[in-house]
Amino acid sequence: MRRQLVSIAVLAGAIACAPAKPGSPPSPATRKDSTTQTGLGGMSVPNADPFPSTYARVQSAPLVIRNVNVMTAAGPMIRNGAISVANGKIISVGTVVDVPAGATVIDGAGKYVTPGIIDTHSHLGVYAAPGGQALSDGNEATNPVTPYVWAEHSVWPQDPQFPRNLAGGVTTLQVLPGSANLIGGRSVVLKVVPARTVQGMKFPGAKYGLKMACGENPKRVYAIRGPSTRMGNVAGYRTAWIQAEAYRRKWDKWNKDHKGDPPTRDLGMETLADVLRGNILVHNHCYRADEMAQMIDISKEFGYKIRAFHHGVESYKIADILARENIGGSLWADWGSFKMEAIDAIKANVALSSNAGVKVAVHSDDPSGSQRLNQEAAKAMAAGIAAGIPITEDMAIKWVTINPAWQLGLDDKIGSLEPGKNADLILWTADPFSVYAKPEKVWIDGTMYFDRLDAREQWRTDFELGFVQTPAGMNR
Amino acid sequence: MINERNHVTRFATAVAALSLLTASLPAQTIAITGGKVYPVSGPPIENGTVIIRDGKIVAVGASIAVPAGVQRIDATGKWVTPGLINSSTTLGLNEIGQVRDTRDDAAKGKDYIAAAFRVWEGLNATSVLIAPARRDGITNVVVLPTGDQLVSGQAAMLTLSDGMGSDMVLKTPIAMVAQIQNTGGAGVGARGELLVRLRELIEDTRAFMKNRAAYEKAETRDYIASRLDLEAMIPVVEGKLALLVSADKSTDIDAALRIARENGLKIIIGGGAEAWLVADKLAAAHVPVLTGAMNNIPSSFASLSSSQENAALLHRAGVQVIVIGNAGGGDEEAFNVRNIKQEAGNAVAYGMTWNDALRAVTLTPAEVFGVADRIGSLQPGRDGNVVIWSGDPFEFTSVAEHVYVRGREYTAPDRQQMLTERYRHLPPGQGMPVIR
Repeated sequence: MRRQLVSIAVLAGAIACAPAKPGSPPSPATRKDSTTQTGLGGMSVPNADPFPSTYARVQSAPLVIRNVNVMTAAGPMIRNGAISVANGKIISVGTVVDVPAGATVIDGAGKYVTPGIIDTHSHLGVYAAPGGQALSDGNEATNPVTPYVWAEHSVWPQDPQFPRNLAGGVTTLQVLPGSANLIGGRSVVLKVVPARTVQGMKFPGAKYGLKMACGENPKRVYAIRGPSTRMGNVAGYRTAWIQAEAYRRKWDKWNKDHKGDPPTRDLGMETLADVLRGNILVHNHCYRADEMAQMIDISKEFGYKIRAFHHGVESYKIADILARENIGGSLWADWGSFKMEAIDAIKANVALSSNAGVKVAVHSDDPSGSQRLNQEAAKAMAAGIAAGIPITEDMAIKWVTINPAWQLGLDDKIGSLEPGKNADLILWTADPFSVYAKPEKVWIDGTMYFDRLDAREQWRTDFELGFVQTPAGMNR
Repeated sequence: MINERNHVTRFATAVAALSLLTASLPAQTIAITGGKVYPVSGPPIENGTVIIRDGKIVAVGASIAVPAGVQRIDATGKWVTPGLINSSTTLGLNEIGQVRDTRDDAAKGKDYIAAAFRVWEGLNATSVLIAPARRDGITNVVVLPTGDQLVSGQAAMLTLSDGMGSDMVLKTPIAMVAQIQNTGGAGVGARGELLVRLRELIEDTRAFMKNRAAYEKAETRDYIASRLDLEAMIPVVEGKLALLVSADKSTDIDAALRIARENGLKIIIGGGAEAWLVADKLAAAHVPVLTGAMNNIPSSFASLSSSQENAALLHRAGVQVIVIGNAGGGDEEAFNVRNIKQEAGNAVAYGMTWNDALRAVTLTPAEVFGVADRIGSLQPGRDGNVVIWSGDPFEFTSVAEHVYVRGREYTAPDRQQMLTERYRHLPPGQGMPVIR
């Protein structure tokens, strides 16, 4: 009994006026160190977006999925509901939606729709398959402080792990440098789409992240040259931020008065200065509760914000503090015990932290886990329920959608199924919290990029041609 | 590479003491009634009864009289299965992955051969990782020696009971572990050279068997391996003990089949990422395969054609398939031994039938490792390793409500549960919530 409204004019108007999601702060435009324009014979300037995104939405017909269970990540699941999409945006979500002219209409009986999955912690492209030294590009382990490296310069767009992530429903991911270094460099936020260049995958307008790392990894990697202790780690962060403050002051002054020669550029300091200005989000690898508390104090000393702790296996011990400081947690469902700082891992970490008000994302740090973040979220939900914490699917779906979107500063664009947001969708064969559920179709900005039922709609990277055999009639 | 995927595993003494204290009383009779019983050795039984007496299953069926005075467990609406078997673990041998003192899973060996190494002898029976595994319905594990030597040692089947390693061993050795895909690990330059070394070991073991007296008098030529390693290899060359060969690449699997055929060896393939490409050959040779069900990444040049359908395709071709956890991300060898449930569920999602997947984590490993008379099915005479699940055991939301190991239920909180309770309610300020 769905109303079918065919009105291109009305529809076009609706799209043009699609309001931003109420309640979400707009993403502030990236501030520049300098307003000076670069150009032929001109002057290069810090933080001027030198590797701009070239991603462009592929035009596709409007889409309606109806008679389907819609997990919106913005409210309770709508049973036998519908969603409509046009020009890459979600038009409406509800029990009944209008069908735009020319729309592809899919009957989703027995199936589920969720937002595209967002992984805040990936090394795809920088540790590309099939691995080995030649493709090991994730840790610039030559100096404990390398804010001058950018993960995007290591990403191989032909990494065969990308299409597998997409087949697992991942539509957006943050690729981070590894955790060998105290300050590891800039992350990049990618759409999981085929492209010849990394720029073609970059999420337009996404902020950069800065990878920092606590604890055992830096002190192990730099045991000889230092830092070789946790106190050495902390001295390393603070030394870098002291330099960054001075650098920021120098440039901010010059940007204001343009007096004399501009200060000399310093690639690493540019990144740290932009963290201090709030334009780059800090993603801090940290396991132990006591170390996270110290990292929070360091952020206050220098006036930056930690957007999220990553891994945070002891997040449950300081969930109250994290919630109060509005710091997210990118957590595993069930990893632990692989190193000393991971021995207090508990399977209820996600649920306890979430219950205390921490914006939790279930993340992967693993190309296999990333393909099945729905299963990871399901495990974390089940562990919470087993521990007596009443987690529902409506809550748990946020761990892999709107919460990671917030951690990336993209919650005004992606992460929930609400009018005006990007149409990044997954049609699941069953309840995504079931082990038997698989993404049947995946859309990014309203365009289908994966169809399990049609091999022609399954991206194969250049690398896979000839090298990788696939069972006949099967799909990855 | 420093992403956080390093394998794991050891810890405390407190929990070991606890687990000793908390086994329920032995020598009692338990009757599990009303549930849907999956014996695995036969079709499911609606409203079935399972009776365990003195640690052994004594009756399984639809109309079993429950003796008076026994402990009755109402399993109405529940699923009753044999305890699950994870056939690829380092449980009790790798407590904390990066803490060397807690690792005893890999022998140094001599010239890349460690055949005499019985990995279970270093087992830390007080591992804090055992209780969580058992709590989630895993009652038996295979412990495997790790390392990339040509021959890394002997595997054992354990029961996750209390006691020391010697009390937990159900059978040893159940296989000799070898690999023919990592040249660097075995100190050679090419795959073919690995095979040369393996053939040399087989021939030298035969020579050693024939010339023992001369060997004792130091009148034989030098052999490739030490005396005890050669000794340990004897049942392998006699075809009595399986050689568990780690091999992912289809051509390596073919090489393993060739060597087995030439030498009359019994082999099992471990890993087997590309086994589906040689499924017919494996079936014809009656060679079982241990493989995960979540592998689809061409993560090395030896596993380019990894496929999630691997387990299903192998099964369909007639290969005995054991589902293990070797790619899920999450330390399935020790910290998350339980995640073979997830692997089995994914095997179903990618083409296996549910019953076959259950068999692949119960009766099939029991058969392959020669312990089907003890574990892997619900039949009279088998060990009382029984799990009562709230629902489908492969689903994440299902809970193992009762886990019996040799008829005992273990209910003491494990270390993770203690931490959970300790931090469930955080105090104001930054003091500890509780200190005991």
